[in-house]
Amino acid sequence: MSQDVVFQDVVSQDLMSQDVMSKKIWIVLQHREGRLHRMSREAIAAGQRLAAALSGQAEAVLLGAGMESLAAEASGYALAAVRVIDDAKLASYTPGGYVSALAPALRAAAPDFVIFPHTYQSIDYFPRLAQEVDAGLLPEITGFDDATGELLFSRPVMGGKLVAQVRVKGEGTTLLSVQSGAFSADAAETGQAPVEALASEEITSDREILGVEEVGGDQIDLTKAEVIVALGRGVGGADKLGPSEELAKLLGAELGASRPVIDSGWLPRDRQIGSSGQTVAPKLYLALGISGAIQHLVGMKGSSTVVAVNKDPGAPIFTVADYGIVGDLHEVVPALTAALEELSD
Amino acid sequence: MRIAVCIKQVPDTEARLRLRQDGRWVDEEDLPFVINESDEYALEEALTLAEKTEGEVVVFSLGPARVKEALRKALALGAHRAVHLRDEAFDGGDALATARALHAALSRESFDLILTGSQSDDSGYGATGSVLAGFFGWPHAWLVMGIDLEDGGGSLRVVREMESGMNEIVRIALPAVMEVQAGINHPRYASLKGIMQAKRKPQEVLAAADLSLDPAAVGAAGSRLEVVSVAFPQSGDGAQMIEGDASTAAKTLVEKLRKEARVL
Ligand SMILES: Cc1cc2nc3c(=O)[nH]c(=O)nc-3n(C[C@H](O)[C@H](O)[C@H](O)COP(=O)(O)OP(=O)(O)OC[C@H]3O[C@@H](n4cnc5c(N)ncnc54)[C@H](O)[C@@H]3O)c2cc1C
Ligand SMILES: Nc1ncnc2c1ncn2[C@@H]1O[C@H](COP(=O)(O)O)[C@@H](O)[C@H]1O
Repeated sequence: MSQDVVFQDVVSQDLMSQDVMSKKIWIVLQHREGRLHRMSREAIAAGQRLAAALSGQAEAVLLGAGMESLAAEASGYALAAVRVIDDAKLASYTPGGYVSALAPALRAAAPDFVIFPHTYQSIDYFPRLAQEVDAGLLPEITGFDDATGELLFSRPVMGGKLVAQVRVKGEGTTLLSVQSGAFSADAAETGQAPVEALASEEITSDREILGVEEVGGDQIDLTKAEVIVALGRGVGGADKLGPSEELAKLLGAELGASRPVIDSGWLPRDRQIGSSGQTVAPKLYLALGISGAIQHLVGMKGSSTVVAVNKDPGAPIFTVADYGIVGDLHEVVPALTAALEELSD
Repeated sequence: MRIAVCIKQVPDTEARLRLRQDGRWVDEEDLPFVINESDEYALEEALTLAEKTEGEVVVFSLGPARVKEALRKALALGAHRAVHLRDEAFDGGDALATARALHAALSRESFDLILTGSQSDDSGYGATGSVLAGFFGWPHAWLVMGIDLEDGGGSLRVVREMESGMNEIVRIALPAVMEVQAGINHPRYASLKGIMQAKRKPQEVLAAADLSLDPAAVGAAGSRLEVVSVAFPQSGDGAQMIEGDASTAAKTLVEKLRKEARVL
């Protein structure tokens, strides 16, 4: 800790010689089982880049109970400070706890931007925090650009079919979240940041945690599949799966699916691929009638070769595919089966 | 139990999109609109809970004239009443501005539970329900995959989706806002009888002035976000597109997967 104190002095001197108008960026880090969440490191990278673009300072914020080792991990990045709220009442995440811990700190420090990783946990509470402290709310950015002299953020709209450029209006703090994969965790600059306690007021909870359960009792492990034939809503119904199943059999592939296929009951929940399903990385991934929403892409973009069949040439799945066929899958799938059979003859 | 459901009307996810002339949003002309996917699940959940408790379901939607179709569908599915927030001043709102307007309309009556979808398929903020809960000062949960009444209706046992195939179970006191995730139930279809009855069910239309809302606090004027432009996403390298009829394309693909990608 003594080293931290030395660094802290250096930082405060720097601050004094700096423009008082310099922008302040906070990065709220999520953690799990005593380690930073991968997306927290991506958020650090995003925060460092935003700070550089605005000639400002990036600081990390950590909330939880028993935070020494996490604070040490976070202090290994190039940040102006790591600010910690360490309180037994934050041992488990609740939105009430996190909002009541962060709101007074945000009001007092009034950072210009507060960055969150766009995780299910962040999305559960940070909009509420924005409302509470009367801040701007900018969910799910995938990048920012100040080339025109104005800071514009990009975020997906229309289920990823379009990218919107968004401007933040008005004065004061803006809370934003960073989508998975938009910034590389490896780009986060390392350094040594001083650790400081962040003052909080009364921390209150608004829900009682009863436990956790497994969703579908993962009977099928798609993570080791070499070939996956993945079906989307474009397949059109449980009664239309036959030809795709035949293709899968011929390829020695497992069947996977996008969420709507599961929600509609066409395939069981353990076939779901994506942010709330399995994360797969086969040699070959055939996406049939899948549009390519980010929540699906995060589950399959580690695949080596991706083939997409979609009747819409503008479907975002084509931006991650290696090979694309624009067409009706009900024609293409039997044709693929025929072409493969010809091969084995 | 008195339950409100917020439904948003959004472009059909199947629809081909064209950009509006000013490049700031999609061209809505000839665009088919539907009830947002997760909102259909929210409505089904509300109808089931109301059936169990002999309660009432009121649907709220903010949007232009076309939204009355979505409200009529909700009435046909079994909602008892509909409230349409319709005013040019409401257009173009971000999650904060939209929730502010919805809060003003919802707080004219007293509800035990407000259900929303977890995310809209067009703007995709994933936030309007949480912000709405903030305006009420009620607890909320996002990505709800199960709701059961407890304590004779005093609280809810809620299943929340987490990442990595796990669900969290929590207890939340009522009144509350629950942001329902797609897949929580199996939405019903409208019956002919329901469709006929919908025509006689009350649909109320409210403008900003009816809610004593300052037009500068809602819609685009009351938003902190402004969409400057929208565009089709640019891929890094993009897919190699394979042309020809189904049979030709299939043969070419198989060839490429063998010789180029070497995955077959
Ligand atoms: C919190 C959250 C978590 C989520 N988790 C997941 C997840 O884990 N996994 C997941 O997949 N999604 C998830 N989603 C949903 C996700 O946002 C998308 O809604 C979903 O991935 C869309 O599935 P889809 O591509 O099958 O359907 P759609 O987006 O409806 O696309 C169907 C596609 O099929 C094409 N098509 C239609 N007919 C044909 C035909 N005859 N031939 C060829 N093409 C055709 C259409 O052009 C279209 O592109 C989540 C959403 C949220 C909000
Ligand atoms: N204009 C609207 N009218 C009614 N409900 C809305 C509206 N916009 C958003 N909502 C509700 O808020 C949820 C989340 O939307 P969003 O924050 O845009 O992702 C939706 O699923 C709806 O239930």
